Amino acid sequence: MHLDVRIPLGLMLAVMGVLLAGYGALGDRSVYARSLGINVNLGWGAVLIAAAAILLALAWRKR
Amino acid sequence: MNLTWLDWLVMLVYFAFVLGVGFALKRTTTTSAAFFQAGRAIPAWVCALAFISANLGAQEIIGMAASGAKYGIATSHFYWVGAVPAMVFLGVFMMPFYYGSRARSVPEYLRLRFDEKTRGFNAISFALMTVFSSGISMYAMAKLLQVLHIFDAPFAALGVGPQYIFHLCVVSSAVVVLAYVLLGGLSSAMYNEVLQFFLIVAGFMPLVYLGLRDAGGWRGIASSVPAPLTHAWRGFGSAATSPMGVDAFGLAMGLGFVLSFGYWCTDFLVVQRAMAADSMAAARRTPLIAAVPKMLFPFLVILPGLIALSVHGGVVPFKMYEGTNTLALDALGRPQLDYDLTVPTLLLRYFPTGMLGLGLTALLASFMSGMAGNVTAFNTVWTYDIYQPYLRPRASDAHYLWIGRMATVFGIAASVLTAYVAAQFNNIMDVLQLVFAFVNAPLLATFLLGMFWKRATGHGAFAGLVAGTAAAALHHGLTLPAGASAGVKGGWLGVMAAYPSEMAQNFWTAIDAWTVCFVVTIAVSLITRPRADGELVGLVYSLTEKPRDGRLVWYLRPAVLGAIVLAGILVLNLVFF
Repeated sequence: MHLDVRIPLGLMLAVMGVLLAGYGALGDRSVYARSLGINVNLGWGAVLIAAAAILLALAWRKR
Repeated sequence: MNLTWLDWLVMLVYFAFVLGVGFALKRTTTTSAAFFQAGRAIPAWVCALAFISANLGAQEIIGMAASGAKYGIATSHFYWVGAVPAMVFLGVFMMPFYYGSRARSVPEYLRLRFDEKTRGFNAISFALMTVFSSGISMYAMAKLLQVLHIFDAPFAALGVGPQYIFHLCVVSSAVVVLAYVLLGGLSSAMYNEVLQFFLIVAGFMPLVYLGLRDAGGWRGIASSVPAPLTHAWRGFGSAATSPMGVDAFGLAMGLGFVLSFGYWCTDFLVVQRAMAADSMAAARRTPLIAAVPKMLFPFLVILPGLIALSVHGGVVPFKMYEGTNTLALDALGRPQLDYDLTVPTLLLRYFPTGMLGLGLTALLASFMSGMAGNVTAFNTVWTYDIYQPYLRPRASDAHYLWIGRMATVFGIAASVLTAYVAAQFNNIMDVLQLVFAFVNAPLLATFLLGMFWKRATGHGAFAGLVAGTAAAALHHGLTLPAGASAGVKGGWLGVMAAYPSEMAQNFWTAIDAWTVCFVVTIAVSLITRPRADGELVGLVYSLTEKPRDGRLVWYLRPAVLGAIVLAGILVLNLVFF
């Protein structure tokens, strides 16, 4: 097959990560009362971006 | 809790990517082999994640958390006893025959090994079963999203009543799955299953993290829920004390052997993913790699159930009578808990906007992966095992490709129809599922004898399957789980024995059916004429050259991987003993 699935997967996680982390950094902080005061959008968004970077780097190296 | 633009955007990104994968693969999906078998060109790790994801439907996520709240960590038996050993067996012993024979599907293997009637029996029952089960999970999902009231506000804003939420959920998910399967066939479904796998993990890991923090970690859970719930094997010494109503033997034989091997080793829905691998070695590694995440899934899907029981005195909501505000009571007049709402309740409790979008996307992803799994298995079995042999043999490849695409449309339409029938007549669906359980229970015996005993004959296999199915029906008709009334739950022929739980009845029905099929297949095989050895090369263990793993690096050898995975579940069982 002519598609390395790590590319769409990495891109999708990157877009979602940027959305979440962006909102976590800039958006309303009062929403984190329910998540025990933890800014999960920022933290988990960053994790998604890191995962995306690894996947895309692996796909890039193989080319 | 209202969804904001951010939640919708996350969902939209997901939809854009799954459809994008479909479009990207459209160009290369020009032959029936590409459409149905993904050209047998998929790397092992992709097959493995697709393998696990196709099985990880929304019903599993919802159901396992529900069961976690009901039975506690013993629910992990469905993974550590009821899945991983069978996956190891598939990879090490059975995959060589599926991948190495010319078979393109599991029913086709039955034709090569036995005969046409055995294949026909299996193909038709399997095709029907996939359509019904995808319809039923579609119904369950739409129902759940409706009960959550999460789409009420946007619907009201559009001036549409909440009763349309069900229709929208059913139709939109069906259309998306239809689009990407139609475009790229099995490879599209499998690549999307990888996306879905990552999303499910990404959506539920933070939920478990927040829940555990709130509950005070595993220690906090252990101190606030009844002790048997945090021990996997407590009470399994006898059926009377076991939380599931079966002793360790019934569990090991019924769940660990018959049901689990019957599903993981013979169900084309999962086996199809491994058969799409790019080499024999990759096909054998598929279930073994998949066993690693499978082994760890209890922490993702069962733990939420225990968390929901533990935090703030328990947050599992009470069960309501449908469409009313009246509490549903059990026989003793106590209110019942609606365990199916465990996961959604936790999502709404802990996730702020943004993460909530991701969590709901994970739920949708799990639902779609399960549905696409059913649909791709259906279109393949329909085209290769029903249409090609019985309706129109010797047509052009392009014709079968077209038929496969039509079967996809038909399969999804039939699932949608099933979802609506399920909404109308809950009982009919229960009966149908029961009938399929009867058909499935004995199948494992047929495959084991077919692959490992060259003397087994086609007449033997067919007679065994029919007798095993009848035995399952008979066993079910004569027994009843405690507290149930005769009917769909059993006892429709008169009650000869009672089981402490429905699960116990299921396990023993399966054991019974397997045994009858095993014995009858052997007996009939011995009095019918066997096939010549030469015809069975590549189909039976003793007549097939063993795959030479010696040349592979140790960590790529199936036997080594299998041993590592089995050691892993042993450790997990001891830790949670």
